[in-house]
Amino acid sequence: METNGRLTAVNESVAEPQHPMDRFLRQDRLPHIWCSGCGLGTALNCFLGALIKSKLDPDKVAVVSGIGCSGRVAGYVNMDSFHTTHGRAIPFATGLKLANPALKVVVFSGDGDLIAIGGNHFIHAARRNMDLTVICVNNFIYGMTGGQLAPTTPTAARTSTSPAGNRDHPFNLAYLAAASGAAYVARWTTLHVRRLERALTEALLKPGFSFVEIISPCPTLYGRLNKQKSGLEQMQYYKDRSVIQHGADPRQADIALNGQIVVGKFVDLDKPSYLELQKG
Amino acid sequence: MNGDEACAEAALSAGSRFFAGYPITPATEIAERMAERMPDVGGTYIQMEDELASMNAVLGAAWGGAKAMTATSGPGFSLMMENLGLGLITETPCVVVDVQRGGPSTGLPTLVGQGDMMQARWGSHGPYEIIALCPTSPQEMFDLTIEAFNLSEKYRTPVLLMADESVGHMAERVVIPPVESLELYPRRKPTVPPDQYRPFEGDDAGVPAMACAGEGYHLHVTGLTHDERGYPVTTDPAVQERLVHRLIEKIRANRADIIRVESRWLDDAEVIVVAYGISARVALLPIEMARAQGIQVGWLKLVTVWPFPEDLIRQLARRVQAFVVPEINYGQIALEVERCAAGRARTILVPHAGGDIHDPRVVLEAIRQAVEGQGDGVTG
Repeated sequence: METNGRLTAVNESVAEPQHPMDRFLRQDRLPHIWCSGCGLGTALNCFLGALIKSKLDPDKVAVVSGIGCSGRVAGYVNMDSFHTTHGRAIPFATGLKLANPALKVVVFSGDGDLIAIGGNHFIHAARRNMDLTVICVNNFIYGMTGGQLAPTTPTAARTSTSPAGNRDHPFNLAYLAAASGAAYVARWTTLHVRRLERALTEALLKPGFSFVEIISPCPTLYGRLNKQKSGLEQMQYYKDRSVIQHGADPRQADIALNGQIVVGKFVDLDKPSYLELQKG
Repeated sequence: MNGDEACAEAALSAGSRFFAGYPITPATEIAERMAERMPDVGGTYIQMEDELASMNAVLGAAWGGAKAMTATSGPGFSLMMENLGLGLITETPCVVVDVQRGGPSTGLPTLVGQGDMMQARWGSHGPYEIIALCPTSPQEMFDLTIEAFNLSEKYRTPVLLMADESVGHMAERVVIPPVESLELYPRRKPTVPPDQYRPFEGDDAGVPAMACAGEGYHLHVTGLTHDERGYPVTTDPAVQERLVHRLIEKIRANRADIIRVESRWLDDAEVIVVAYGISARVALLPIEMARAQGIQVGWLKLVTVWPFPEDLIRQLARRVQAFVVPEINYGQIALEVERCAAGRARTILVPHAGGDIHDPRVVLEAIRQAVEGQGDGVTG
């Protein structure tokens, strides 16, 4: 009995120290649904790290998402969180922010959700310089529904609905955000965890529309169909082909199949945010 | 003022401080009035990129603590169906105004229709109950907008104000009572600490208290089927049953509190004209003409169209020969009347494709036929 008691004590002492992010996660919702090798965990971790660094009061932070793998982030964060309909996170977040401007409202979304079905909302929120931070985890494919073509899928890449290779042009999200009027635009991959966390911190503290694109592996679907079979292989690709160019012209930052990935902070403007403009 | 303007004024009187919309005839005057008036009261008016966005912004604003409204007409109402469903499953109080015009599709932008009544009931996918009110005058645009906000807060659900172009654009005297004299139903907030609060657990009436973002409750709100905590449960039909059953019952079990009708001459009626919106008002003239000719005809105006006053129609069907239903569509509410009459009384539709109100003589003729035992059925 004594031995058992001591063992229990040891176990408790091991279990006690919490991961610094634990308090930001709904423990009763874990484990999450994401696949092994997926970049969403890293993206979420960097977001929570940025949240700590930003010193924002978590009680005054709301996370809004749409539908898809990335949309599930809202279900795991221990903050006010809203899992809305497909593509509609931004207008929901807009209403939330305007009804209570004291909130920091963050949209956590995927590329299909944000830019295909939600594309119109994205460009208009950027145009307004709406006071939102929008995070887009771009894995170039629809993950939740099983690997279909996305508006970000590079030309020639294979998906379940482009089995012979995509014969369509993709969106360059950073360029789209910049051209639409975003005050802050950065792109990193899930390999660049510290830079990503720094960019997310800046984005959280930036008035107006801040946009961070996170290039993220989807080994289960995008990788398997495009000769990058593991998350590790995709990370290796990011390591080999990423080029850091702060201030790069987003027009020059297209992402081609097996091409280079220009990353960095592309836009950081001082322009009146939507709420600042309302003051007249 | 016109009905649209009265609607906007009522929203402000009800304490609404958020309006999101998109221009569309014949509802645009509501947005214009809101754009002009919201700054006076420290509220937010925002013109969104489309009606999908407007509906979502309204839901977001409600969770941000505001009483929120949007207004549209048929084409925009169609776009709102997606997120009306989100509002229903997340139990988000808000008011959606549809100033109906002729349809389908772009139809008759500047002319009247009442063709969205079944869309109001069933337009979003899945099983649900909805509350919808139909004003017949600018004054009722005011009064029923107040009531729509009250019902939305009381039952924590979106409420539809199903107006029509005639009522929206009609200008009449509108009495706006002092705000202090209005009975306004406040949002019911949780009284327990965050760790005990269940945002989707109904009270005795089946309605949960509502915390909003930023109040420390760490809400999770999802359009997925969810448990009482708001957590998604998508593989258990029992949770689906529990949620959907409560969402439906919180309306059905409270029908007596929700449903309002107005009536005249029912006591001696052999035939009853059942109508709503502008058609209820139009029906008064042919009824008076018929009564002057000695025809015993009554008038039943549906203030609440959804939930449908089933019991009342069932009771009346036992003692009248027929119902006459003039509506500016080809048979929507008439189908409900026919269903509830269940063969005990005939149901005679007086259809109108839209673009104008009924000619009173056509309604009078339908009343005459009804008394003479002619005419039956909604679909001919």
